[in-house]
Amino acid sequence: MSAGPDTLLTPKQVGDRRAESPHVSMFTRMLLRAAVLRRRRAASALLAMIVAAAVATAMMNLYVDVQAKLRSEFRNYGANVIIVGKDGQALPADALAKVESVLGAKTLAVPFSYAVARTRDGQSVVVVGTDFTRAHQLNHWWKVSHWPDAPNEGLLGMRAASVVLPKASGNRQPFELTFQGKTIQLVPAGMLQTGAGEDSRIYLDQSTFQNWTGVAASTIEVAAIGTGAEVEASIRQLAALLPEADIRPVRQIMEGEANVLNKTRATLYASATLVVLTSALCVLATLIGWVFDRRRDFAIMKALGASERLINGFFAAEAAALGVVGAVLGFFIGIGVAAWIGRANFHAPVVPRFGVFPYVLAGSVAVALISAILPIELLRRVQPAIILRGE
Amino acid sequence: MFPRIVYESFRRQARRKLLAGIAITLGVAVATAMIAVATDIGDKINRELRSYGANLVVTPQEDTLDVEVGGVNLKPPSDGAFLNEADLPKIRGTFWHHNIVGFSPMLPVTVKVSSRLSDLSSPDVTLVGTYFNKSLSFGKEDFSTGVRITHPWWKVSCGGDRESPTCTWPVHDSENVLLGERLAAKLNRKAGDTIEVAGRQLTISGILSTGAAEDDQIVAPLALAQKILGKPGAVRRVYISALTKPQDALAVRDPKTMTPEVYDRWYCSPYVQSIAYQLQEVIPHSHAEQIRQVAQNEGTVLSRIKGLMLLVTLAALFASALAVSAAMATAIFERRVEVGLMKALGAGNLVVSAIFFAEALLLALAGGLVGFSAGALLARQIGRSIFNSQISIEPVLFPIIIALAVFVTFAGSAAAIRRAVKFDPVFALRGEG
Repeated sequence: MSAGPDTLLTPKQVGDRRAESPHVSMFTRMLLRAAVLRRRRAASALLAMIVAAAVATAMMNLYVDVQAKLRSEFRNYGANVIIVGKDGQALPADALAKVESVLGAKTLAVPFSYAVARTRDGQSVVVVGTDFTRAHQLNHWWKVSHWPDAPNEGLLGMRAASVVLPKASGNRQPFELTFQGKTIQLVPAGMLQTGAGEDSRIYLDQSTFQNWTGVAASTIEVAAIGTGAEVEASIRQLAALLPEADIRPVRQIMEGEANVLNKTRATLYASATLVVLTSALCVLATLIGWVFDRRRDFAIMKALGASERLINGFFAAEAAALGVVGAVLGFFIGIGVAAWIGRANFHAPVVPRFGVFPYVLAGSVAVALISAILPIELLRRVQPAIILRGE
Repeated sequence: MFPRIVYESFRRQARRKLLAGIAITLGVAVATAMIAVATDIGDKINRELRSYGANLVVTPQEDTLDVEVGGVNLKPPSDGAFLNEADLPKIRGTFWHHNIVGFSPMLPVTVKVSSRLSDLSSPDVTLVGTYFNKSLSFGKEDFSTGVRITHPWWKVSCGGDRESPTCTWPVHDSENVLLGERLAAKLNRKAGDTIEVAGRQLTISGILSTGAAEDDQIVAPLALAQKILGKPGAVRRVYISALTKPQDALAVRDPKTMTPEVYDRWYCSPYVQSIAYQLQEVIPHSHAEQIRQVAQNEGTVLSRIKGLMLLVTLAALFASALAVSAAMATAIFERRVEVGLMKALGAGNLVVSAIFFAEALLLALAGGLVGFSAGALLARQIGRSIFNSQISIEPVLFPIIIALAVFVTFAGSAAAIRRAVKFDPVFALRGEG
């Protein structure tokens, strides 16, 4: 193409150059030349392909990952499984270790032990022993002014505080509690506000509580990660391991989560399907134009005696190549988009799922082939002479 | 002449116009449906989040400490202050009453259960009086409320394997109660049995399963609990389920320190804090507070899902804009010969472009109209099949969608039209290019 009249080559020179260049079949050469010569149209077709593949990849990635993301979001609601001793009995001392061995280190299990103590003026108040580090992790919604860090410090529920600390002024004033004749002196570390039963209780460190009352943990609250079926499997496992305990799901949390998650998933699925269909439509529109645009190539090939099979194969190979290149480039862009959405919306990276790639590839090639075959079917009925005459 | 060219172009090239029109219609339909779903998803998910239960609780101002371990109240029952049942319908009179999905009063009473079958020492059991699905009226408005709305995870079964026609939710003003499933197992009772509580023979109308403290309790109509306690009209606390807006910096500010304008804005936003404030205003001597476990978390979940849908909607809009542009570009590119002919006959670039833009406008209007209707149907279908409720399309969306369709069609055509106009008529007429 770039060869002007002054660089006109003799037939021999052309032959030499052909011999020098690596041997490529006519078929491949036609494919490559078509892409190079009509690069603008090819580029726009490829762009449509890339966008479609990228959007489809991002949607599929999000569809899989968002559910996991939302599940971890739902775990902020706190425990979804509760383990209590049967008939109010204390749990065995190794119960917590057993629970953790079954559910793995990622699952949060928090022990709670309860006792009713009396204040100095004889009022009853519920005192709870727990592990503050774990309770903090489990119950994000607790509004705590300051978490205790010394063993003799207690966390006071808003209502309990008004009973043990009658004067609002001395907030760090030590107070006394009595349980079965044993008295303990505690320093209030902070206030706890939840709007629920916790407001009426006083929380202590587990070992302080046990030294004082001798009461062992009677409840373990567990935030089990996973789908509903996985959580139920964990419950069955725990039931087999701790026959002396009553293990039950927190229905309020489990059912609420299942409900919201199902609706979100269905909406996302519907939206993702629409988006993928629209991008397929975009590819279809562009590729039909691209093939129609080349009806002269088609006519010349036919006039030169190419068989129908060869022509079909040629256009199909072209479309497939476009589909493959578009799918590969689009896949990586799509992964980037999904990661960006994950960061922007969930403040956590979306793990790229390479398992999605075969589907994106197959889908792209299929859409490309369909878009190529449709116009060819139309062109086949037309005489090449008519096309070449430009009508 | 100009209208005739446009008209003839549509008449003679009906098939090509149809292709471009279909692309526009589909693109607009997807865009409409996605925008409708995305604008409505917040409200829909907010309602779904109500299945986590109440997010507000109202207690008497002078409430004493709860001494409750494992669902059993260890405090003398008549102790402490109460709310007045007669005040409850006023909840529907607050500013945000449309956002209040339901409320349930609770009145726990510690009772002794006499075991008819065995002579075991009668244990202390908590009997909770509440509304199940009670019809109330406030002003001219009739509504029904109770635990069936605020505590949707409560399930009533018959217990055992006996088929009993009587296992239903108790009727109000009856002597029927629900027995928590663990208590039922302990007392060996099933639906249809009777139970003697505080000297009354009560019929068990069903076995209640909640997965929480109520499994060890008896749940009764509120009036019955009040009779047992001997305090008509008494309510210990009220759980309220309200649709709220995720909280932001304004929500957590103290209303006492606000300027009048900020206060009005705070008061008129459905924050959980402002709804609590309004509840305190209508119920005398009460203290309303958010249940942080539910209220705090639903805000995060809601904003995450809304954000996600927004991004997906943007992707959908982008994809449909691209599809429309691609279709238009293809349609125009095919008509270079026509352009060549017009130009050879002396038409200026302006006239040629005007013809194409007029055609694009007609296509966009027609496609936009059909696409909008199709998108509205699609959104309705999505709403009905996923959320079991209508997704309403705001009428204001219609001009926006049409404008969007015209804009995208023009933008998609512009580059192709420019190229078609610039093309040398000689080459076009010779059929080269």
